[in-house]
Amino acid sequence: MTLDTTVDVAAPAPAKPARRRTVRPGRLGVHAFLMAVSLAFLAPLLLAVYASLRPYDETSKYGYFSLPRHLSFDYYQQAFSDSGMTKYFVNTMIIAIPGVIVTLFLASFVAFAVSRLRLKGGIVLLMLFTAGNLLPQQVIVTPLYVVFNRIPLPYWMSDSMTMFDSYWAVVAVQVGFQMGFCVFVLANFMRTLPQEILEAAIVDGAGVWTQYWRITLPLCRPALAALGTLQFTWMYNDFLWALVFMSDGDKLPITSALNNLRGQFFTDYNLLAAGSVIVALPTLIVFLLLQRHFIAGLTLGSSKG
Amino acid sequence: MSLTSARRAKRRGPRRFTRRDLVVLGVLLGIPVLLDIAIVWGPTLASIVLSFTSWDGIGSIHWVGTQNYTNLFTNYPPFWPAVRHNLMWLGFLGLIATPFGLLLAVVIDRGVRFSRFYQSTIYMPVVLSLAIVGFIAQLVFSRDQGVLNAVLGNKDNPTDWLGDPNLNIWMILIAAAWRHTGYVMILYLAGLKAVDPTLKEAASIDGANERQIFFRVVFPTLRPVNVIVGVITVIESLRAFDIVYAVNHGRNGLEVLSVLVTDNIIGEASRIGFGSAIAVVLLAVSMGFVVTYLVQEIRGEKNR
Repeated sequence: MTLDTTVDVAAPAPAKPARRRTVRPGRLGVHAFLMAVSLAFLAPLLLAVYASLRPYDETSKYGYFSLPRHLSFDYYQQAFSDSGMTKYFVNTMIIAIPGVIVTLFLASFVAFAVSRLRLKGGIVLLMLFTAGNLLPQQVIVTPLYVVFNRIPLPYWMSDSMTMFDSYWAVVAVQVGFQMGFCVFVLANFMRTLPQEILEAAIVDGAGVWTQYWRITLPLCRPALAALGTLQFTWMYNDFLWALVFMSDGDKLPITSALNNLRGQFFTDYNLLAAGSVIVALPTLIVFLLLQRHFIAGLTLGSSKG
Repeated sequence: MSLTSARRAKRRGPRRFTRRDLVVLGVLLGIPVLLDIAIVWGPTLASIVLSFTSWDGIGSIHWVGTQNYTNLFTNYPPFWPAVRHNLMWLGFLGLIATPFGLLLAVVIDRGVRFSRFYQSTIYMPVVLSLAIVGFIAQLVFSRDQGVLNAVLGNKDNPTDWLGDPNLNIWMILIAAAWRHTGYVMILYLAGLKAVDPTLKEAASIDGANERQIFFRVVFPTLRPVNVIVGVITVIESLRAFDIVYAVNHGRNGLEVLSVLVTDNIIGEASRIGFGSAIAVVLLAVSMGFVVTYLVQEIRGEKNR
């Protein structure tokens, strides 16, 4: 999930040649094709919303693909209270908010050092971080699981007295793993900034910290916004780290809370659908509001294009 | 790492960094580097070492040589099905989802109206958690009430799309492709926007038709994007975890390598040495692709 391109959308695209505006049959075909694909991509989401509005008795009798006889928001209320959504939502925020902020702070400094200070060995650093982000998560799970179990933490930091089963473990892994992606993207972005600004600052006697915090970071606001939204969605959606490093069910993030809606012997899929819609809602809202940032975050990179 | 690089830089220009600058560099490069080593690289090396032991996580560590690997390849029934499923995942995403994403990007890039709408809807599944994708898959593919059986109208003899071990992997692949296509499309759209239009004009003046322009002119200039899309496809296929875990915890026809690793280390057995061996197999395969990618990147870096 975590990758990036080396193409810059932010760069002014060269003007496209004027296109003919006449409607040709070929163009209608293109629209029919794109419309069909869009609908097919949207259908599962709409289906989940539709299913969540209908009572179980009705869908079990007539199936999900049938006309509605009774629609209500009851399942949303039930999903919200039955699964203790609020608690898990707070848990997710405890992980995602510090995770995103720390990741962006550390990654932006590394990116700054690598791309702006012309350190020797900078490229090695860049590779170290980028390659680290591409490793399969399962490779690092085992040793971390063992090590976290052996790191004692005082009670005020973790009620399990170890790093295992604490938010510290999950946040640390999120930061360590996601940093690679952010370093790569930000280093590419910073390379596109004019070097003269920094040189002027150096002449004025600015130290490394000033060059980074006061001069480079403000210019990176668009990249940071894009990465921030992207990282937030990834950390919000993550499922594996908490599953492995948490044993106390009360500390699990919201994606795992959906499992609470499954019964031991019987699962009401309509209830599950309502739960899924509630869990997906924050990311969908973030996506629709910040669409432009979002897509830029996936695609922004260097001046290579 | 940070200190040596700083020191080396200092050697080049003696007055470049003040003492305070070196402290800032040391701390703010040191923390991320140490974190990266502690969280990513250290554990990776440890996994490789542990894969040659028979450790259960509690007792002392016994060196067993390559026994875990021998067991894995010859004596562990879920292993080869899992490898097959991961390869099917790679084939399906690589041969169907990725080209489809490219096709959509090319069509949308030609400048149709409402392109923003198409782009957003097709991209939307990407922001969903794979866990949710797994749940939605159950609504569609469920045997008795699922939409697919209702649309196909086979009420008397319904197909158990997710329960039949010969079928369910394909259904999961469709769900995974649903998400992968949008991602690939966005990456290619960005790449296509950066292609110099004069190249296309020159080719069409030379008498090339649209297909020739795309395959001979545009596609080769997309090489950096192709590399990235290739790496994403491979890594995603190898990492595949959440979606099968959400559907049935990766059993009964849905075994994949990542689930086997998780099962072995957090299951009751806690066979850490053995779980690590599976993880190392996963690592070895993905490293091949990561190295290819990095070589490309370094080359690009030199051309700058």
